[in-house]
Amino acid sequence: MLSKRIIPCLDVKDGRTVKGVHFEQLRDVGDAVDLGRHYALQGADELVYLDISASQEGRSTFTRLVERVADAIHIPLTVGGGISSLDDAARLLDAGADKVSINSAALARPELIDEIASRYGSQFVVVAIDARHEPLADGDEEAEAHWTVCTHGGTRPTSHELFSWAHEAEQRGAGEILFTSMNHDGTRNGYPVSTYRRLTSLLHIPVIASGGAGNADNVAEVLQQGQADAALVAGILHDGITTIPELKTELHNRGICVRIL
Amino acid sequence: MIAIIDYKMGNLRSVENALRRLGADFCVTADAAVIRSADKVLLPGVGHCGEAMQNLRDAGLIPVLRQLRQPVLGICVGLQVLCRDSEEGDTECIGIFDSHVKRFTPTPVLKIPHMGWNTLENTEKKIFDGIRSGESVYYVHSYYPTLCPDTIATTTHGVMFSAALKYEQFHGTQFHPEKSGDVGERILQNFLKL
Repeated sequence: MLSKRIIPCLDVKDGRTVKGVHFEQLRDVGDAVDLGRHYALQGADELVYLDISASQEGRSTFTRLVERVADAIHIPLTVGGGISSLDDAARLLDAGADKVSINSAALARPELIDEIASRYGSQFVVVAIDARHEPLADGDEEAEAHWTVCTHGGTRPTSHELFSWAHEAEQRGAGEILFTSMNHDGTRNGYPVSTYRRLTSLLHIPVIASGGAGNADNVAEVLQQGQADAALVAGILHDGITTIPELKTELHNRGICVRIL
Repeated sequence: MIAIIDYKMGNLRSVENALRRLGADFCVTADAAVIRSADKVLLPGVGHCGEAMQNLRDAGLIPVLRQLRQPVLGICVGLQVLCRDSEEGDTECIGIFDSHVKRFTPTPVLKIPHMGWNTLENTEKKIFDGIRSGESVYYVHSYYPTLCPDTIATTTHGVMFSAALKYEQFHGTQFHPEKSGDVGERILQNFLKL
């Protein structure tokens, strides 16, 4: 049976992980390669590295980092952040990435999805979508709310709406959708489960849930009721709230199919 | 020396990295003489099966592959080209394995591509030494090789299909051992020991 995936996400700036990460086993917790290897050995199903460097110099540092990560780990590797052209995608593929995650650039020029997918295959293209909704009135269903797709960390609204944009991304050749609710991201209060459910039933490609997990119950909900195929986890791992083996054991105990080493 | 065949079907870096981690001596080549004289041959591949066959044909490698007597391992599309035929682009393949490659039928609950970690069952033969049924390996594909007498492991995604095939010295895995963690590394190691 196909397992639900647990995917740690590492934010990288100038070659170093940026979030405060505390692991006794690691010599240098800022080292993005060591941290990736640590997660892989703990049973991560994939890794996501997001480049949050703003400079051109930071970008080339990131490419070299991707090469080192790809050399060191033996699970799939997704990279994102600042990919705005077919050339960017090619550079990261050559560095050893298995998938690229694109976000703002796809909104600015949706054909980018078609171009990358037709050149390298749909399995190589993850379209990340950040969206937020206005405060709900009593009795309003969150899944029925108008979810406005945003860029720049959720600060800039676009004219796109979540469900139609996700559908368009799929039609254009996206292999997966990574959806983050900006209303939930960072809250640790859980995911908008009914919205994930509507999204997963609309799409034929896998959906990765991101942003909002505070504990294993939240992750279990979005994988079971929300029918997400994978969960991207960052804060709860980096801050030591849980570990991959603990999280997977809890999911397994709730009857969710996960890969346990 | 292990020859990794480069026929312009996707990035070979992850396969190279996996062999490097195992300490294997390898080269990346499309040269028939080098391939013929290699101890073992790896045929990776990501992409369209029809394009893969065309690229092999253009490189003059189809008769070379057919005549190899050393252990060969096809991975993903590299396995599919060794089957009889594929529904992808209605492609006639090399026909080493007695298997047909078909497209998964999507259903409301079945996602296509089949992407992620799925369990191996009914594993047999040497490349699965030390691998228990129920271990997970990493898949990314929309077309699957049917069950046939050459099947040496199965996986189920809506339908049960050949996770791996073996005919004489030819092996193939539909999953990606180079991306399948310790389990995949063990399978590659077993192949290198053949």
